[in-house]
Amino acid sequence: MRQLSVNVHQLTRIEGHGNIVLNAKDGEIKELRWEVTESPRFFEAMLRGRYYEDVSHIASRICGICSIAHTTASIQATEAAFGIQLSEQTLLLRKLLYNAELLESHVLHILFLVAPDFFGVDSVFPLVETHRDIVLMALRLKKLAYNLAELLAGRKTHPLSCVVGGFAKLPELGELKAVRERLEDALVDLKAVVKLFKTLNIPSFERETEYIALKDPKEYAFISGQIASTDAGIIPLSDYLKVTNEFCVPHSTAKYTRHKRDSYMVGALSRFNLNHDQLLPSAKRVAKELGLTAPCHNPFMITAAQLVESFYAVEDSISLIDRILSKGLKEEENRVGVRSGRGVGAVEAPRGILFHDYTYDENGLLTKANCVIPTNQNHNNIQKDMEALVPLILNQSEDKIRHTLEMLVRAYDPCVSCSTH
Amino acid sequence: MKPKVAFFDFTSCEGCQLDALNLTGEELTDLLNAVDVVNFREVKTQREDNYDVAFIEGSITRESEIPRLQKIRNQAKVLIALGACACIGGVNCLKNHLPMEEVKQIVYGKDAKYYDTIPARPVNAVVPVDYYVRGCPPLPAELLKVIKALLLGKKPEIPNHPVCVECKMAGNICVFERGTTCLGPVTRAGCGAICVTSGRHCWGCRGLVDEPNIDSEKDILKKYGLTVEQVVEKFKIYDTYVEVLR
Repeated sequence: MRQLSVNVHQLTRIEGHGNIVLNAKDGEIKELRWEVTESPRFFEAMLRGRYYEDVSHIASRICGICSIAHTTASIQATEAAFGIQLSEQTLLLRKLLYNAELLESHVLHILFLVAPDFFGVDSVFPLVETHRDIVLMALRLKKLAYNLAELLAGRKTHPLSCVVGGFAKLPELGELKAVRERLEDALVDLKAVVKLFKTLNIPSFERETEYIALKDPKEYAFISGQIASTDAGIIPLSDYLKVTNEFCVPHSTAKYTRHKRDSYMVGALSRFNLNHDQLLPSAKRVAKELGLTAPCHNPFMITAAQLVESFYAVEDSISLIDRILSKGLKEEENRVGVRSGRGVGAVEAPRGILFHDYTYDENGLLTKANCVIPTNQNHNNIQKDMEALVPLILNQSEDKIRHTLEMLVRAYDPCVSCSTH
Repeated sequence: MKPKVAFFDFTSCEGCQLDALNLTGEELTDLLNAVDVVNFREVKTQREDNYDVAFIEGSITRESEIPRLQKIRNQAKVLIALGACACIGGVNCLKNHLPMEEVKQIVYGKDAKYYDTIPARPVNAVVPVDYYVRGCPPLPAELLKVIKALLLGKKPEIPNHPVCVECKMAGNICVFERGTTCLGPVTRAGCGAICVTSGRHCWGCRGLVDEPNIDSEKDILKKYGLTVEQVVEKFKIYDTYVEVLR
């Protein structure tokens, strides 16, 4: 008779608080849960009554890793509600700012949160001694992303200059030029990460699910487009509630979602599965080198997709800076006309599709908000993955099972406090 | 013997802890040579319950967080509040303007019964705090400054003059000249007036200076045709002592 009990209280090396619970007896699973225990902050209630100018400032605080994604989704929801059209200059700067966060977030996950599992250590700290080059490289890439965001928005965490309708301050062209050189160097650093990644032994578990991401016919979508699903095709943004179908479960302070199946996946792998043909050349080459081909149904490969997207972020940033440098930047008048109405903003946060949905009154005060977060859409998929994975590994040691489940959850790069918000 | 340092998160976005990792290789090496990081759930798996210095991120918004925080206070020789939520309550206090039942209803509807919450409060409303690293988020440089001061056995020096002083030094045009309300005149400096420098206004995330010149802020508001109500609305975002201005 074999009694198996895995109880991971507050899983480490993820953002936020969650537990893994598994109890099995004689090969039969009695209990298996991914629990989300994060304190809710009630952002939808906190945003009520706020003037539109302060809304993105508050909404940014939903997440400390992807605050640029939240700020952008928030601003875009307000712009949609007020019927604001953006200039080409604003769009170029917004995309560039967006890439900075994508790069930082992916590097943090790949090298600080995931890599220790493969080196058999508990954190990045021992690697400062044993794998100094890798740690220095990670810090260098992170610093570059921070500096790029600082140039465009004052800072990376809770950005300042990106506002409804435009930018409150423009970057210096000379500084953009200097960052461009460092981006070229970043491609060299990222190639070293690819080399490292190829030596890792990625678990070979597969479970097909529904994959959902933004899709834009013009480019690999991050801040534009409509909803795309591998099961249902293109769905207009205005119908997002028909996709997310949020529901509550008692063991999670974050809401769950489902669409065509029991669960769906969002994030880097979903984006790759839906939009891979729109990646830029170096990112495509890296995908091939990493053995990542669409459709990929292995959640452990999310990290590989993040690495591919890191190349995209750098390559796209270089081309955006070139376009900005050739056009120059000019001060644009930004008069926001407040009106009553509803607007939905959607972006691809590093961890997946993110919706902010706001209703304003005629004075520009917010009357209703709804935010659907990437990780809150992934929680149910994590649960279903665990249910498919555990029977395959049930004969392994308790330690091994625990570690594999930890790695599975970690692969999703969950942003738990964000998901509960 | 290196001091043992622990990071703990309560109700927050975890941005303060993550920004603490925005270091250069040299800074990280120096830091790890000087302290032992023994507890840091977000980036580290092994945990140790024996530590000297505890950094607390986040505000307290659930009953269950109170005993957890008290236990940390009992263990730590030095307890430091990290960031606006821990220092002054932060944005989480925005929900305090509504009854908790209504707040839960707005977010969870018919399932509100599953979840518990209490009005948000800063760390010092529950246990004594030794030092404050302010801001939303704090500047990594200030965090390093506090750690360095502690290692030298000194009291970390945090400015007690208003943001306006740093804003002038940064060469910014006064926000009031643009007809916008700003909390710079009464907010504690140390941020280099980063928000104004980035084209915005001060939201007061670092809390008030010890003796805010409220009359002066009121005079400024009057001069520029702005109202106390407008500024109180701005204060509400970090809930920095709304009552003071009334």
